[in-house]
Amino acid sequence: MSVVDRLRDALMAAFVAAVLALPLIGFETVDTGGPLGIRTRFDWIAYAAIVVFLGRFGMRYALDWRRRYRESLVDKLDPVEAIKHKSLLSDLGRKADKWLMPVLIGFAVILPFMPFATRTVVDLATVVLIYVMLGWGLNIVVGLAGLLDLGYVAFYAVGAYTYALLSQHFGFSFWLCLPLAGLFAASFGVILGFPVLRLRGDYLAIVTLGFGEIIRIVLLNWQVVTGGPNGISGIQRPSFFGIPFTNSPPEGTKAFHEVFGLEFASVHRIIFLYYVILVLALVTNLFTNRIRKLPVGRAWEALREDEIACKALGINPTNTKLTAFAIGAMFGGFAGSFFATRQGFISPESFTFIESAVILAIVVLGGMGSQAGIVLAAAFLTLLPEIAREFSLFRMLAFGAAMVLIMVWRPQGLLSHREPTLRLPRTAGGEAKP
Amino acid sequence: MSDVLLKVEHLTMRFGGLIAVNDVSFDARPGQITAIIGPNGAGKTTVFNCIAGFYKPTVGRLLLNNNSKHFYLERMAGNDIAGKARVARTFQNIRLFPKMTVLENLIVAQHNKLMRASGFTLLGLFGWPGYARAEAEAIERARYWLERTNLTDAADEEAGSLPYGGQRRLEIARAMCTEPVLLCLDEPAAGLNPRESAELNTLLRFIRDEHKCGVLLIEHDMSVVMQISDHVVVLDYGKKIADGTPDAVRNDPNVIRAYLGEPEDGAVSAAQGVA
Repeated sequence: MSVVDRLRDALMAAFVAAVLALPLIGFETVDTGGPLGIRTRFDWIAYAAIVVFLGRFGMRYALDWRRRYRESLVDKLDPVEAIKHKSLLSDLGRKADKWLMPVLIGFAVILPFMPFATRTVVDLATVVLIYVMLGWGLNIVVGLAGLLDLGYVAFYAVGAYTYALLSQHFGFSFWLCLPLAGLFAASFGVILGFPVLRLRGDYLAIVTLGFGEIIRIVLLNWQVVTGGPNGISGIQRPSFFGIPFTNSPPEGTKAFHEVFGLEFASVHRIIFLYYVILVLALVTNLFTNRIRKLPVGRAWEALREDEIACKALGINPTNTKLTAFAIGAMFGGFAGSFFATRQGFISPESFTFIESAVILAIVVLGGMGSQAGIVLAAAFLTLLPEIAREFSLFRMLAFGAAMVLIMVWRPQGLLSHREPTLRLPRTAGGEAKP
Repeated sequence: MSDVLLKVEHLTMRFGGLIAVNDVSFDARPGQITAIIGPNGAGKTTVFNCIAGFYKPTVGRLLLNNNSKHFYLERMAGNDIAGKARVARTFQNIRLFPKMTVLENLIVAQHNKLMRASGFTLLGLFGWPGYARAEAEAIERARYWLERTNLTDAADEEAGSLPYGGQRRLEIARAMCTEPVLLCLDEPAAGLNPRESAELNTLLRFIRDEHKCGVLLIEHDMSVVMQISDHVVVLDYGKKIADGTPDAVRNDPNVIRAYLGEPEDGAVSAAQGVA
């Protein structure tokens, strides 16, 4: 593309931006004491247009540079080499799953003992890990089985309320409630699964979205059981397998710091919670990796690829879909009950559609199927709002910009990669395969 | 009766006012290749879809004899026809699992067996040795068919990246991995070059002779049909117009009329040349 073409292209984009900016940022409502006044700020439109102009021009330039670079590779090398040639960035997903994951896990394990690990940092890392776990859980449904689920937060809510209610009314401990919450969420997964068995793609997304809203609205209105919009407070905090984290334990019992001979510090509980969610997330990861290599995991992937062919091979699509929904929901339930015990307070506010959208964005941005990609996307999407707290008005703008960049740069996701679940072993005769 | 593998009786399929298949009856025998031919729109694929359970026939009975067991296919769900009655099929427009590897495609085909071996996932999750054995067996069966279909070198490639002929062969291999008693092939030679379709003939003969598997074949390529089928059924406008050995069908005046219109002087001999 010539410079003139690029300029024209950028001008066109700037024009569109200016037209859009006119109603969106060209006017501002002001409180004049009486009726609402309007102030114009046309200079802002100019800024928006200039920013879009420069951005578009730069993007075009970068894309052209990349194309020329690729063409130059073909010129330099002979054609056979050019096909084989791989840049540092190719195969990123495989490399990440192989090298990045162990590093990330190692880092996660020692994080609370790092010098910079203040209470805030550990707290933040816990939030990131919740989203990593939710991402990995949703990846079973969306990434493996190919069922677009926009209501995943419903299972998260079911898990959270299961723990809150069971512990409040029956005094069940966290460790007893955890499997129950998973089971209960899984049965909700089956309940959702049944009516949507025949749906695919967009239709499925709409029904799951509705399901998520139904759960939230039931929680909001079923005052007697869920406390309605006031939520449930005073949820039992987790104990170290029966040993409480408290400064003043009840008579006759010992608190965590006494048992281990430490100074009392409230950060102990934070660190314990961090390790709980780390273990839960790793279990999710391990489970996913393992089940992919089992017949049911392969059937999920086959179902994503072609449902009709699956039927022709004798695979029961009903059971296969229901197991995917149930198992995905189960991990949502685990994460939910952890969320409840960590917060000590839950209300329907925490389970809005935007949560589902963020979790789905984590899976899609990370690159479906890539475990490391989901970690990076979860870290990015949860840390971005924290870092950009001063610019909270622009949070959604940054979110959108990140989405657009990913779609332009890597439409298949940050680290899209699919590792075969098995390879043909060498024959007994020792005939090596390349 | 016992030497009939699939007995199709009075099969009729209506789509609204359109009668796609009208009172068609024929038999397919084990260890034989039965071809269904006919002009475009004659209802061949509809017959297939009824047999494989993708459509429920409006009228008719489809009786499958698998050893001593009898299955009424028209009453069964599609996945049970494949899983229990052991009828495998391929598709006119290839339906592989393109993002999965060639080997994975063949392992997915053995899903039901492996599912039982993995204790419906529970035992497999904890590394049950019986499952590892079953998986090794499944891989050996896959290897056998990979060698038969000349795909061993591509075993770990994505199925979608295979060339067209390879995808056709893989679809047949995948169907055979389900250990069927009846293999239904919907235009397996479509888009193949002469060398590839000669290889296909060899493969189908091998399946028939070595595996004693009944083969039901829809085909336009007359070189395939006439060379390898033992029995040909001709459909036209949803009706059966001829049924017999390839030679008998080739000389049947009804068939010649269906393919070439009303015979005029010399048309019959020309048609024989074509057929």
